[in-house]
Amino acid sequence: MRKITLLLWLALAVIPQPSAKAETKTLRWAAATDSNAPYAFYGPGNKLTGFEYEVIQAIAREMGRDPVFVPNDWDGLIPGLGRGLYDCVICGIEITPDKAQEVLFTNPYYVTYEQLVVKKSTGLVTSLEELQGKPIGTLSQTASFNMLSKTPGVIVKTYDEEVNAYADVVHGRLFGVLLDYPIAKYYAFANPNLKFTGPPFGQITYGVAIAKGNAALAAGMNEALARVISSGQMRDILSRWGLWTAMVGDTFNQPEEPSLPDTEYRAFVAATAEQPSLLNRLIGYSRFWPLLLEASLLTIEVSLLGMIGAVLLGFTLAVMRVYGPFPVKWLATLYIELVRGTPLLIQLLILFYGLPNIGIKLEPFVAGVLGLALNYAAYEAENYRAGLLAIPKGQMEAARALGMTQRQGLFHVVIPQSFRLVLPPVTNDFISLLKDSSLVSMVTLVDLTGAYKQIATQTFDYFGAGLLIATFYLLIGLPFVRLARYTEQRLNPGAHAAGTKGARFQFGFGKF
Amino acid sequence: MDATTPLVSIEDLHKSFDGTPILKGVGFAIEEGDLVSVIGPSGCGKSTMLRCINGLETLDSGVIKAAGATIARKPGAKLDARFEHNAHALRQRVGMVFQQFNLFPHRTLLENTMMAPVIVRGIPKEDAEMNGRALLEKVGLGAHIDRYPANLSGGQQQRAAIARALAMQPRVMLYDEPTSALDPELVDEVLHVMKALDAEGMTQIVVTHEMRFARDASDYIIYMEGGHIVEISDEDEIFENPKDERTRRFLRRFI
Repeated sequence: MRKITLLLWLALAVIPQPSAKAETKTLRWAAATDSNAPYAFYGPGNKLTGFEYEVIQAIAREMGRDPVFVPNDWDGLIPGLGRGLYDCVICGIEITPDKAQEVLFTNPYYVTYEQLVVKKSTGLVTSLEELQGKPIGTLSQTASFNMLSKTPGVIVKTYDEEVNAYADVVHGRLFGVLLDYPIAKYYAFANPNLKFTGPPFGQITYGVAIAKGNAALAAGMNEALARVISSGQMRDILSRWGLWTAMVGDTFNQPEEPSLPDTEYRAFVAATAEQPSLLNRLIGYSRFWPLLLEASLLTIEVSLLGMIGAVLLGFTLAVMRVYGPFPVKWLATLYIELVRGTPLLIQLLILFYGLPNIGIKLEPFVAGVLGLALNYAAYEAENYRAGLLAIPKGQMEAARALGMTQRQGLFHVVIPQSFRLVLPPVTNDFISLLKDSSLVSMVTLVDLTGAYKQIATQTFDYFGAGLLIATFYLLIGLPFVRLARYTEQRLNPGAHAAGTKGARFQFGFGKF
Repeated sequence: MDATTPLVSIEDLHKSFDGTPILKGVGFAIEEGDLVSVIGPSGCGKSTMLRCINGLETLDSGVIKAAGATIARKPGAKLDARFEHNAHALRQRVGMVFQQFNLFPHRTLLENTMMAPVIVRGIPKEDAEMNGRALLEKVGLGAHIDRYPANLSGGQQQRAAIARALAMQPRVMLYDEPTSALDPELVDEVLHVMKALDAEGMTQIVVTHEMRFARDASDYIIYMEGGHIVEISDEDEIFENPKDERTRRFLRRFI
C-alpha cells in the first residue's frame, strides 16, 4: 500500500545484503508503528492488534517460531530488512515487479482492490475515466496512485493520512478518494456523509517482504501460510476483521461468505464513532503523558543542542565573513547563501537518507541536531555579522592602539559588545528553531510532532491532538519569549544611562 | 638640536588613500620630554601623520622610529607580515588618544585601564588594578572608577582615555584632536591633564585646533598644509613672526 519513497527503494539497492541468517527460534517481524487500522496498529489500551498482526502470529505458530515485533518507521522498513534488523516485514506492502527486484515476497496473504469513496450526494461512477478534471485523493506511492496517474485528466492529490483525505471529501475539497478496500472500509464505510461507488478497481496483493537471499525463510513462510489458509484460520481472522470478500474467497478457493461475524470491525467502528465529552477525551489523553513527556524532552534537547551548534558555527562564519581574507570570506558567504536558499526539510532528508549512499550513516538524533545546527548557523552568522559591523571602527582602533592584536581586539572588545546587540535576535531565532525542530520527526525521531502523529493516528482526534501539541510547543517556547523580552529591556540604549557595575550584563572571554 | 638621539623621528613619510596623496614627504624629529603641537587646516594630513606614527595606517614609504621601534617601507616595496609585526612593537611604546575617546563602553573605567596590561602584557590583575586606580586618581576620576563610559561627561571620558593609554606605560603619547569633540567648558580639564604630564617629562605629540594651548604648552609647533610640513618653529615665534606666508594666513584667523 503506502508511501515507500522512491529514494528508499534506491537506497536499498546500494545497501549490501546480509547472507541468510541461520534458522532461529524467533521470527522477528517489523511493521510501521504509525500504521493504521486494520493492518497492525495500537488498539485500545495501547495493545498491538490488527489483521496482519494476527496473520503473522498464525504463520509463526505454524513455523514453530516465537514472533517478536520490531517497531520501525514506515520509511525505514525495507532498509531495515536489508540491514538485518529483523527477518520480515508485514505492513500491507503490495507485490509489484519493481519491489520484487529489491526484496523477496511470500505468496499473497491478502488480495484486494481499490475502492472509490465519494460524498453521499454524488451520483454513480462506473469508470476512472469519469473522474476527468476532478480532484481525487490518495496516498503517495500506492497502487491507486499509479492507477490515477495513468488516467488522463484526473487531478491527483496525495495525502499522508487517509483520515485527512476522507475528511476533505466531506468538506468538499475532493471529489473522491481511491484507496485499498481495507482502508476504505475502516475509515469511510461507516461515515454517514460518504459512500462507496463504482466497481472494484484493479487487483492488488499483499505479501510478506523478506531480505533478498533468504530463500529458505521464504519457503518456510510460504508453507506455513498455505497451512494457515487451508486450515481456515485465515478465513476466521479476515472474517472477524470484516475483510473476507468474494475476491479473497475466490483467490483462496474457499467459500465467499465469512466464517465468523465481523466483531473486530464492529468494535473499531463503535470505538471511533463514539464522541466522548471534552473532559473524557482529556482523561483519555492521560495515557499519553509518558509519550508527551519524552517527546517534549527530545524537542528541548534537539533544539538546545541545535542552537548551541548554530551559535558556534554561525559565529565562526560571521567572523570569517567580516574579518577573513578573500577565499575564507568567499567560502563563508557561499555556505550562508547555499544553506539559506534551500529548505531545511530537504537538508534533513539529505543528511539522513542521502548520506548513507556515500557511506555516512547518521543516527536520527545526530542527523536532527546537525540539520538544525547547520541550517540555523547561516541565519546566526548574519545576525552576528550585523552585530560585528554595528560596532564603531574606533573600538578596534583603540584596541590596536593599546597594543592588542586584531584577534585580541576581536575577542575582548568587538565581540563582547556585538553579543549585546545580537542577543535579542538570537533569542528570537531560538524560538523559531524550537518550532522548526518539528521537522526532525521526518527522520524518525519521536519529538512533539512525532508524538502528534502517534496520538492522532491512535485517537483519530486530529483537532484535539493538534491543539494539545501546539500547547506544548507554546509552553516550552514561552520562557524563551520572556527571556527575549527581558534581555531586550536590559540591553536597550536607555538602560545604559542608569546602571553601574553589577547591574549590567557582563560578557567576555578569558581573563576579561 | 644637540647630539642626543631623538625619541621620535620621521623621515620622508609618504601616504596616499586610493591614489590621492595625503602625506608628501614629511619628516621631523623630537626629543624626549618635548610637547609638540601639530596645527594646520583640515585635510592637511596632520591626523594621518599621527596615525602613521602609531602604525594604525600603513605607509607608502618612509621611516618612522619611536622609542627604539622602527617601521619602514621602501617606495614600491610590498607590505608583508614584518610590517604589522614592527607596527605592533611600535604601538607597545606609543600611546594614542582619539578625538572620539573610543573608550570600551562594555567596561567600567577601571576595567578600561586594566584590559590592555592584562591581555597584552600578562600583568597580574591585582597589579593592573592598582596601577589603573592610581592613573584614574591622577586624572581626577578616582570617584568614578566603577562607572561605565556612557555615564560620564566627554571631558571625563577623554581623561579616562588618557589614563587608559598611560596604563601601557608608553614612552610617547599621541593625541588626535583630543578636545575637538568636547563642549568648550570641558576642554580645559583635558588640557590640564596634558600639561601635568608635560611637567612630568612625558613626550607628547598633539594634533589640535586649540591655538591657545598650542601656544601656552608646546615646546614647539609644526605647521602642516597640503601634505607638507611648512614650518617648524618655536611656539612664540610662529605666532608672532611666522616665516611662511601660508602659516601667517592660517593663523590670522585665530588671532
